[in-house]
Amino acid sequence: MKPAPFRYVAASSLAEALVLKARYGEEARFLAGGQSLIPAMNFRLARPAVLIDINGLTELASIDRSMAQAIRLGALTRYCAMEKDAGFLEACPLFADALPHIAHPQIRNRGTIGGNFCHADPASELPAVAVAMQARMCIKSSRGERELAAVDFFVAPLTTALKDEEMLLEIAFPVPRPRSGAAFMEVARRRGDFALAGVAAIVSLDEDDRCSGIRLVFCGVGETPVDASTSVSSLIGQRCTDKAIAGAAADVRRMVAPAGNIHASAEYQRHIAEILTRRAIAMACDRIAHAA
Amino acid sequence: MQPEGHDIELSVNGVQYRRAVEARMLLSDFLRHELMLAGTHVGCEQGVCGACTILLDGAPVRSCLMFAVQAGGHDLFTVEGLIGASGELNPLQQAMHEHHGLQCGYCTPGILMTMTAFLKQNPDPSELELREALSGNLCRCTGYQNIVDAMLKAAEMMRAAAP
Amino acid sequence: MTTRFFGAPVKRNEDRKLLTGQALFIDDVELPNMLHAAFLRSQVAHARIRRIDVSAALKRPGVVAVYTADDLGAYWQAGPLLVPPPPIPGIIFHLRTQVPLARDKIRYAGEPLAVIVAESRYIAEDALDDIVVDLETLPAVVDLEAAMAAGAAVVHDDLGSNVASHVRQAKGDYRRAAANADLVLKRRFRYEHGISSPIETRGIVAQWNARGQQMTIWDTTQAPVFVRNGLAAILGVSERQVRVIAPFIGGGFGPKIMIFYPEEVTLPWISMRLNRPVKWIEDRLEHFVATTHERGQIHDAEIAIARDGRILGVRDVFLHDNGAYNPYGLTVPINSQCTMLGPYVIPAYDSTFTSVFTTLPIVTPYRGAGRQHGVFVIERLLDLAAHELAIDPVEIRRRNLIPPDAFPFNNEIIYQDFAPLQYDSGNYEPVLDKALAAIGYEKFVHEEQPKLRAEGRCVGIAVACYVEGTGVGPYEGAKVQVQSNGRVSLVTGIGTQGQGHFTSFAQIVADQLGVDVTEVDVVTGDTDQFYWGAGTFASRGAVVAGNAISEASQVVRRKALKLAGEVFECSEDDLVIADGKVSITGIPEKFVSLSELAQRANPMRGAVKPGTEPGLESTQYFGPPSGTTANGVHAMVVEVDPETFELRILKYVVVHDCGTVINPMILAGQIHGGVAQGIGNAFYEKLAFDDQGQLLNASLADYLLPTALEIPRMELGHTATASPLNPLGIKGAGEAGAIPVGALFAQGIENALELARKGIELLEIPLSPSRLYELTRKDGT
Repeated sequence: MKPAPFRYVAASSLAEALVLKARYGEEARFLAGGQSLIPAMNFRLARPAVLIDINGLTELASIDRSMAQAIRLGALTRYCAMEKDAGFLEACPLFADALPHIAHPQIRNRGTIGGNFCHADPASELPAVAVAMQARMCIKSSRGERELAAVDFFVAPLTTALKDEEMLLEIAFPVPRPRSGAAFMEVARRRGDFALAGVAAIVSLDEDDRCSGIRLVFCGVGETPVDASTSVSSLIGQRCTDKAIAGAAADVRRMVAPAGNIHASAEYQRHIAEILTRRAIAMACDRIAHAA
Repeated sequence: MQPEGHDIELSVNGVQYRRAVEARMLLSDFLRHELMLAGTHVGCEQGVCGACTILLDGAPVRSCLMFAVQAGGHDLFTVEGLIGASGELNPLQQAMHEHHGLQCGYCTPGILMTMTAFLKQNPDPSELELREALSGNLCRCTGYQNIVDAMLKAAEMMRAAAP
Repeated sequence: MTTRFFGAPVKRNEDRKLLTGQALFIDDVELPNMLHAAFLRSQVAHARIRRIDVSAALKRPGVVAVYTADDLGAYWQAGPLLVPPPPIPGIIFHLRTQVPLARDKIRYAGEPLAVIVAESRYIAEDALDDIVVDLETLPAVVDLEAAMAAGAAVVHDDLGSNVASHVRQAKGDYRRAAANADLVLKRRFRYEHGISSPIETRGIVAQWNARGQQMTIWDTTQAPVFVRNGLAAILGVSERQVRVIAPFIGGGFGPKIMIFYPEEVTLPWISMRLNRPVKWIEDRLEHFVATTHERGQIHDAEIAIARDGRILGVRDVFLHDNGAYNPYGLTVPINSQCTMLGPYVIPAYDSTFTSVFTTLPIVTPYRGAGRQHGVFVIERLLDLAAHELAIDPVEIRRRNLIPPDAFPFNNEIIYQDFAPLQYDSGNYEPVLDKALAAIGYEKFVHEEQPKLRAEGRCVGIAVACYVEGTGVGPYEGAKVQVQSNGRVSLVTGIGTQGQGHFTSFAQIVADQLGVDVTEVDVVTGDTDQFYWGAGTFASRGAVVAGNAISEASQVVRRKALKLAGEVFECSEDDLVIADGKVSITGIPEKFVSLSELAQRANPMRGAVKPGTEPGLESTQYFGPPSGTTANGVHAMVVEVDPETFELRILKYVVVHDCGTVINPMILAGQIHGGVAQGIGNAFYEKLAFDDQGQLLNASLADYLLPTALEIPRMELGHTATASPLNPLGIKGAGEAGAIPVGALFAQGIENALELARKGIELLEIPLSPSRLYELTRKDGT
């Protein structure tokens, strides 16, 4: 399957890339890792008239842990760079858990977090991680910059809130709170396949080991990452016993409304969502205990 | 229409090439039909089967998910580059031969490239680690067992030979 | 004569080329002036074609030609019947075969409507969008029972119904068996086999040379000889003017032996028309619909069984999804029908099938070729009966095995080779015992499983048996020659799909001629070199070609010895042939090389005796009187997550009897690969057609081939009852790994989850975690 013709420009600067994007609007796509875009082009599902290759803008690939409140990832950061950064993985255990589930090493050598976010596949792992961590998307165009909460960035399947002239530049991940633990888990048919359901859980405990905060976000069960944090709010103020967690998981089961697909019925997805909730929250709590 | 011909210069298996390519030409097609390095095979053009895997600056990538024009300035390594200076099979190739790790041979070049990079990064893998590394390359003939055995043996040979 | 190579795990001659990326596969064929084809395929499953407008496509720069059915003129014709239906009394068979390009009607999504020929594949695909197609969409025919219902849309209008074939075969008296039975168990089973999906798709390069009036075709076919003969006929040229070369093929598994595919027929015509070489490489998206499938059957089966577990009879009525056309006759459903009998004594058998036309891609054999379906039904019936009768599932099988002194065992009904299904040889119980020992059956059931269950783990065990008819005719041939340079060549018509023919065949020759296996050059799949033989399929290569090769080698050996005897003026009995020489026994200095003998046998001058054949060469053919039956047992220990229903295979054993083995290393590889495909079929691969006949998962991201993480390590065991039907005693083994896996999974998962106790039965394949969840839900677990 060969792609349709397009005009190719290798941007030599961020400014140039943005000017080109502004000029061509929705007819142009940024080419980063290409691991989602090029298969779509090979299937002729995507037919951009212009491809703006931003792989040369190496300044956009960075993992910056220098700031206290947030870890800033440049949009062009490749999965493999994240995987090799032990300090980053330790600081962001959700990434440590999620990255091995993303496709295969060959894909992770090229794919970028920015590309992944802009592709916005509902079954993709990192968007759920971003929403769970309440990341902020830094967006730029030739006319200025703006920021969006991750949850507002993912609008619909394969659709983001980016305007035609905009580029996702950087993503800021708030540093995990003290006495918090996180876990990402998914069920997929094969390693690396899209999740039938996946969940990112972040649990914070107070000094009495009672839950002081919980974030729970799913991939694969909705049109965008599904933030189920409020449905597990029964845990807030509680100790995270098996019974409490099971109760919260049952609430999640009632709340999620997956559509089902060729690999999983909606009921099975719902079922998995409950099981993953239980297991992920338990693991997150376990990790707090072990870190202590 | 767009102007034909982006000039690219790249090295493949240590040899420098300079060509003009249409933007949309996939790197897999470029290697096979422009450079006549047909050892890299095409199985799906969607990045799943792994038959087209090559090394780009040492890292395994799907050549069907890159445009040739993107490869300019990079060092590529394909299956044709594995063979020794006197034509001898390298340890991975030799191990595959000894362990019957190939049947039709179509997926083999992609597997060799994946494993070349993997064993460099992890010279003493467990079987599970090896299967994980291999899981991005589909084989329909062998059931993987002999490939796993071959690669574990190759790793062992290379560790023994290492200074 | 010592056999150095036969029976040894000789490493493969063909490896080096493949490992270094130097082997020629179809897309590696590059010819000057070559054009590229792309086919416009129907996006709907069932429609009348009103108009195809290619005018815009013709105007696109880089497009050289665009053809539709009308352009083909008299060349356009439906393909031939490849496999006639066996001579079964009362058979109904309606032949409807595929055409080069659809005209008037489309019968499956993916059927070719037009072909673009352009300077590059890229441009050809651009031009596909230029073609405007005007269709009158008709209702799709997808569900088998709906296809048979009154008022269903009809795939082939003139037939008035969707019945492609109706066959009933019976032996004994089932009605009486059922009347006498202590238990009659009846169930509906659904079995779907998937697609072959080799890593290399199909492809054709056709090169017509007008000056030489020669057509050369490179084709990813498993049957080059018949492709050549058929194409010569429809092109209207002598067979000598057509050369079909099957290069290295990246996996075949059956669908590459379907011949006269639309593309195969169209490409040579295009090349002749344009007098330029043309290449078409099937892309993966096309492969999902353009290459043949195996798919599903619905069985309403019942077993009449005595209290002690002895089978009194089996009755089965099934529907078979044939797809839109039936060029391959009835091979797949006949195999299902015959293989259901398994290794068991089944005194009464009544089997009826209806093969149904659907608006879906054509169904032809894929590794197992319908045997999976039959094995699933009988193995499941036995498991269900075992539960009802409180007999151990292994024990019930043991009690029904055909005893070793009952061979040849006549099952009476007609098999795919048109002869009554006779099991020529076998000794089934040792195979079962070996498998049970290897899997540790007793210890697992009595010690390990209870312990694991107490820990809350759901671990189950499964054992499944099967018999596989292999080595069918008609025949194969081989030409062996010692060349004047001392190298030995073997040429045969049977092609290769990766199963090591360049080595296993060479082993046979090497032993006979006393040369090293690496000194035997094997040529297969080139009709200019050899143009007799049916092709590689149905686990027959080693059996049929192997025996022809053995014969030819022996004749050449005798010629060499005779000639050497004349040279040394001694008896042939005093000679030994080894290391490329013939020498006098005990006097190694008195030798003559094979090379010298070959030269002597082909003098440039002088006279020869009347009746002499030149050279050291012989062509021999072998055709078995019937197929020879191999058999095996698979056993598996499997763990199922009781919450997510994800599955992990903890242990997998295959014990197989394929008679004499040429190369145990290659055999093991075949078993490994077959099991892997079986696991894919059982739990991962499923074609998802919607009710409009659209394939929803035409992508390797969604059609799930197992990876190195899904396939376990396999332990192989072996017994051998030599086949009495060929001199070498060989039985086929290519499909064995794939056949019982579905049955094994159903049994193992039921056992792991203790479903029988809960009244839940697994009567379908493929399964999946989601499907298991759905099936077990009503229980509340």
